[in-house]
Amino acid sequence: MRRLLYILPVVALVLLSALFALLLSSPRDPNKIPSPLVNLPAPAFELPALLDGGTVGSDDLKGTITVLNVFASWCIPCRVEHPALMRIMRENKNVRLIGLNYKDKPEAAKAFLAELGNPYQRIPVDRTGRVAIDFGVYGVPETFLIDARGHIRFKHVGPIHPGDYADKIIPAIRRLMNEGGGK
Amino acid sequence: MKARVFLLLVALIGLGAPILLAPTGAIAIGANEALKDPAQEARARALFKQLRCLVCQNQSIDDSDAGLARDLRIIVRERVHAGQSDGEIISFLTARYGDFVLLKPPVKASTLALWLTPFVLLLVGAGGIVMVLRRRPRAPDAALSAEEKAKLATLLDPDRTDRPQ
Repeated sequence: MRRLLYILPVVALVLLSALFALLLSSPRDPNKIPSPLVNLPAPAFELPALLDGGTVGSDDLKGTITVLNVFASWCIPCRVEHPALMRIMRENKNVRLIGLNYKDKPEAAKAFLAELGNPYQRIPVDRTGRVAIDFGVYGVPETFLIDARGHIRFKHVGPIHPGDYADKIIPAIRRLMNEGGGK
Repeated sequence: MKARVFLLLVALIGLGAPILLAPTGAIAIGANEALKDPAQEARARALFKQLRCLVCQNQSIDDSDAGLARDLRIIVRERVHAGQSDGEIISFLTARYGDFVLLKPPVKASTLALWLTPFVLLLVGAGGIVMVLRRRPRAPDAALSAEEKAKLATLLDPDRTDRPQ
């Protein structure tokens, strides 16, 4: 019994070390906050469109799988992920790509797309950032995957690196496809 | 010597004061943002201090200069002005950003371990102390026997020469 008491602190130390080692080596990034909006309907919005006039709203998210990407011309990581978005556009013809232009000047956003190419079908302009707050955006870029019913099903925070495209975005799109487009 | 220490302290406080004052909301919040009603403004400020800046994470939106913190301050002020309760404003934000937006995590099933662990550890420690105290040999209850009294007397006898060292 007495010996057990002496061993107890050692056991506690070993357990704590194991816990720290596990948490420190896990790929979980504490900067990435899980969104409470996943599996809920995308927030309602109606915003002016950047390029073709008219408006883009939450009703335009329905009917097919949508990738909603929050971007801005002033956002450097958005340049990093831009090739991944072009790839999503080219390689997934039945996926709709929408670019929520966050707190940006329309001329600057147009110049950004003219320079790098436009992967988006529609571009709602959120100059105040209020719609982005409804989506729980806390840093650009962020990418949402929305099913045909208009429900958010997946969220990616930060730029889509080439590895993320193959390991996260494409598998998430496939899962929705296998559900029959999430209808 | 005392005067020198005093001067040194004054100098240190003088140097420290700007650092202590800098992170308060007064600088981060633009003057044109404050609500006119002081009671409403006080409520808004109290809410700011409970809400995490999601960009900087270890600062409240009261302390942070980030654009998002500024936007959230405006939203909180608008809602306070519109007469919403603290609970309504907080649920507006947690619906979008989750419990993480609260600097103090709420007590619920998923956070019970977080809230109860300190008390569990306290109980374990108290239990340990009780165990140790119980194991200590107890003071003898019975009075000294005649034989023990005689032994004690010889031991305490100041004239005794063969006192054990």
